[in-house]
Amino acid sequence: MTVPLIEFNQVFKHFGDNAVLKGVDLSIYQGQVTAIIGKSGIGKSVLLKHIIGLLEPDAGEILFQGKAISTMTAAERKAVKMKFSYMFQGTALFDSMSVYENVALPLKEKGRIPFREIESRVRDKLAQLDLVGIEDKYPSQLSGGMKKRVAMARALVTDPEIVLFDEPTTGLDPIRKNAAHAMIAEYQKTFGFTGVMVSHEIPDVFYISQRIAMLDQGRIVFQGSCEEIQNSTEPVIRQFIRGQNPESIKAAPSER
Amino acid sequence: MKKTSVETAVGVFVLIGLISVAYLTIKLGKMEWFGDDYYMLNARFNSVSGLKAGALVDMAGVEIGQVADIHLDNQRQVAIVSLKIKKGVILTDDVIASVKTSGLIGDKYIRLTPGGSDRILKSGDMIIDTESALDIEELVSKYVFGDAKK
Amino acid sequence: MAQSITITNMLAGLGRMAISPVQELGRVAIFFFRGAIHLFSLPLQADKIIDQVYFIGMKSVFVICLTGAFTGMVLGLQGYYTLVKFGSEGLLGAAVALSLIREMGPVLAAIMVVARAGSAMAAEIGIMRISEQIDALETMDINPVRFLFSPRLGAALISFPFLTAIFDVVGIIGGYVTGSLLLGINSGLYFSRVESSVLMEDINGGFAKSFCFAAIVATICCFQGYTTHLRKEGFGAKGVSLSTTSAVVLSCVMILVADYVLTSFLL
Repeated sequence: MTVPLIEFNQVFKHFGDNAVLKGVDLSIYQGQVTAIIGKSGIGKSVLLKHIIGLLEPDAGEILFQGKAISTMTAAERKAVKMKFSYMFQGTALFDSMSVYENVALPLKEKGRIPFREIESRVRDKLAQLDLVGIEDKYPSQLSGGMKKRVAMARALVTDPEIVLFDEPTTGLDPIRKNAAHAMIAEYQKTFGFTGVMVSHEIPDVFYISQRIAMLDQGRIVFQGSCEEIQNSTEPVIRQFIRGQNPESIKAAPSER
Repeated sequence: MKKTSVETAVGVFVLIGLISVAYLTIKLGKMEWFGDDYYMLNARFNSVSGLKAGALVDMAGVEIGQVADIHLDNQRQVAIVSLKIKKGVILTDDVIASVKTSGLIGDKYIRLTPGGSDRILKSGDMIIDTESALDIEELVSKYVFGDAKK
Repeated sequence: MAQSITITNMLAGLGRMAISPVQELGRVAIFFFRGAIHLFSLPLQADKIIDQVYFIGMKSVFVICLTGAFTGMVLGLQGYYTLVKFGSEGLLGAAVALSLIREMGPVLAAIMVVARAGSAMAAEIGIMRISEQIDALETMDINPVRFLFSPRLGAALISFPFLTAIFDVVGIIGGYVTGSLLLGINSGLYFSRVESSVLMEDINGGFAKSFCFAAIVATICCFQGYTTHLRKEGFGAKGVSLSTTSAVVLSCVMILVADYVLTSFLL
């Protein structure tokens, strides 16, 4: 088996008395979309923030291409960070900047990219996400769904190798949700980026992700392919999938 | 468009600021852009109490320079005052420098009283004739208590 | 035995109370140096500095002129009635100019900017912190200290001396208004006193103060906003309000403390 791109090795994290991660083992492979599912407030976002280094583990290691991030030099870390892009759950758009400036910011601050190229890349991305015509609006003037798409445009504009999505489709209407999922899947095929996605969209994630990991009680209770999780007999998993969306496991009981 | 207006406003701000700074430093602080306008003279005083660097030097009531520096001559235990005199003001070697007070409790300044010699002082020369600061306290005590020392 | 444990606990409590402000001070100092270094890291952020100069400097000009004029006028009034007792009201120009240039100008200009721009800096950065915008910057590999703090620090260092100079000049004119126009001191005498009494050291001292105040205000206000999420007393909007309040209060206190320290060094 190939070396995982990102590997969690017994990662612990607690905030005050509240232990959130209690020994997480997780492997994320290159070129795949890995979905992390689990109950709300279980620490999925915390897990995602560890990948990009916003949070540091209390114990355990996170390996990137087989190398522990904690042992890397500052330059190596920077190089790794350049490959990542993160889409926040709360969008985290800069509300003092217009939509255009928001999307252009990651390109601008990297420097060395000519102005014209920035403009064309931003316009492309906005067009792909159905956001044409709102370039000069400010995030507070947009609806929640539009903000999500702007945040997605901002995450994808740098053509990152690894994209971390924190609930990219929560709060979108079904049509836009499907469009967003389709776009993630399509992009993933085109550019071959590695995706890590925290999501509640139980049936949908099975179509766009190659791997599913489930977080419960501070541990990864399951990781594997979509078929495996749908066929799982583990009560926690079955309960979760069924509880979240009963129709989604229509196939599963009939197989048994 | 928006960018330009911000830049213009900042330009206006910097301009106003610079004018204020210039007024303070050049007009009030007497900052000199060209040091050539002055030449230096020294004068030895027994006492210059109350005199400060930057005080005026005048002759016949006209300002002709400033006190550049005051320090103590350690060997003779007297005060050495460096005077910056405007170029073009010709002083002779028997000029008398005296420490005066403007008003009763006003600032101390140096008055130069012209002499009649024909030897002209050059930069770095020493003024020999000086009168020290008038000590009002001493005068008052003399007046009140009589001239006890004599 | 129990007694000795109580004493140990009390000592430990005292130690905790001493350690945390010192740690905080260290964090502020590190924050300041990071910001100061990134002021010069390439590519230079000139456009952001200009935006901030507009916000901190240009938008404060009106309030600075207003407070400067009234400060000068009140100094003129107070100075006149004090000096007239000694029959030396002719010294009014000197009194007004020196007190403005040495003390009132730098301090009051700084406090006005804290009230106008410092609170806004703390609130803006605080909101960016709680809405994960600062985290977002980090994920984009944009150094938030460089992106948010350095331009504000640079702009403060540019704006404060100018604002102080404007305050001084307007204040001197204000003193002229009350001293000469209202109370009848000869205007030529007023300005000649202003010119003859002020020395270059006074002006340099005033500018040295305004540079220090700029660094203090920008650092404290940005630091309070930047560490909003670490507050223990309140989170979210409450945290931002606490950050803003403490930014303003701390800045004002630190301006006056630093003013005393600087004055004692400069004199």
